[in-house]
Amino acid sequence: MKHRGLKYSGFKVIKEALTGHKGWKPVWRTPKPKKEYDVVIVGGGGHGLATAYYLAKEFGLTNVAVLEKGWIGSGNVGRNTTIVRSNYLLPGNEPFYEFSMKLWENLEQDFNYNAMVSQRGILNLFHNDAGRDAYARRGNAMMLAGADAVLLDQDGVREMYPCLDFENARFPIKGGLLQPRGGTVRHDAVAWGYARGADSRGVDIIQNCEVTGMVIENGVCSGVETSQGTIKAKKVAVCVAGSSSRVMSMAGMRLPIESHVLQAFVSEGLKPILPGVVTFGAGHFYVSQSDKGGLVFGGDIDGYNSYAQRGNLPVVEDVCEGGMALMPMIGRARLLRMWGGVMDMSMDGSPFIDKTHIDGLYFNGGWCYGGFKATPASGWCYAHLLAKDEPHPVATEYRLDRFQRGAMIDEKGMGAQPNLH
Amino acid sequence: MIINHPLLGPRDASEFVYKGDASLIERPDWQADNAAELFHDYLYLRDNPAGEHQELWYHEQGDRSWLVVTRNTLTHDITNVELARDAVLAKQAKKSGRGEK
Repeated sequence: MKHRGLKYSGFKVIKEALTGHKGWKPVWRTPKPKKEYDVVIVGGGGHGLATAYYLAKEFGLTNVAVLEKGWIGSGNVGRNTTIVRSNYLLPGNEPFYEFSMKLWENLEQDFNYNAMVSQRGILNLFHNDAGRDAYARRGNAMMLAGADAVLLDQDGVREMYPCLDFENARFPIKGGLLQPRGGTVRHDAVAWGYARGADSRGVDIIQNCEVTGMVIENGVCSGVETSQGTIKAKKVAVCVAGSSSRVMSMAGMRLPIESHVLQAFVSEGLKPILPGVVTFGAGHFYVSQSDKGGLVFGGDIDGYNSYAQRGNLPVVEDVCEGGMALMPMIGRARLLRMWGGVMDMSMDGSPFIDKTHIDGLYFNGGWCYGGFKATPASGWCYAHLLAKDEPHPVATEYRLDRFQRGAMIDEKGMGAQPNLH
Repeated sequence: MIINHPLLGPRDASEFVYKGDASLIERPDWQADNAAELFHDYLYLRDNPAGEHQELWYHEQGDRSWLVVTRNTLTHDITNVELARDAVLAKQAKKSGRGEK
């Protein structure tokens, strides 16, 4: 491999600053699509690029293309609230997310790119005895899967976050479940780092190339129709969470997924106040502070099918009420930006990484509002499935037929009601 | 979003609870040979279209009626609202009308 680290240095930054930033070069190629590939990945988001990267690096498959209808990273990898964690409860989920956490911990060294991985800790607050019991159980489940978990009492939380409203009359803070290894990652850099790593190993990243149809004959998928012509492939790997139903309908499939809008918010820049990620336990509200000082926060999905990438005001009010209940000081901060992204909300709140009933057609999706933290493991496990035609050991439960088998992975116990997960 | 309730006039969407694709009104035949498969598809699979979508909204903070709302999932524009009961009766009438011919 070429020594790519030398492209970036303090000296180079100063030199470029003085010469109008004209010397920076693109870090991946802009190739024309070949006629045929071993694997065509549909979707150049975080998961698709990670899949391509691990296919090339870990499984030796480099005759691979990533097709992206817009520009890479233009979907949810660029629209999330950057949180990484592995604080799940169920055995079908927790080993997978802990695998992802371990990959995050070594990601920057692995792809030699600054993704600002910051293990600043994630704290889930509880406000009553039942909440404490649930988090004690969750913490134990996490530790059984090799993750880290610390149950804090009120004094423990107060020491870390004195700014919170501990004496709130309705929802006093009684303690919290802390995962010290959780934190935040610079989301765009994740897409760019994976893209550069895949490209340098020979993967073709083809932007502005929309898939318009699937080539399927006699139950075998042998390629895709695109806005840049037909591209043949031994394996087609769809990875377009948010638009999964639209793309898979080209293969005649209906999915256990509804698309919903989730909103996110950033305040103006403030002095350091929140050292880590905090979630409210009595409503849906989570918040962290970016390195620029903005409070990055969010809450519930809007709750109705939407592909609009924007939400409505009642949920803005609901999110802000959660923020005011947790940390009333947020009421003095002005909102800088808000936006929405489209989520694949699955019927049990858990994702899919699976073959389909059509030979050569693979599916990765259903990430609900938790896809970002899963990016490395999703890419690795999808690459494993594509290379070996069998699921990775931590992703064996993410099957499309799990509802038929009664093997749902329903963390919240809500049933087949996607807007409640 | 404002939902133009057939009985109560325009109401804010936050008074309603969203209950998903209106095809959930049509439960499969529980006595069919392949009932298990039919109910799997009924309960878990969705068309999830980008564009016009017929969906159920329950007026929980209002008169507790069930509505079938036709809404565009790309723009959130609502083009039609009817009582779920009327939607079902209209569909049944259409079906039996076709049957007589």
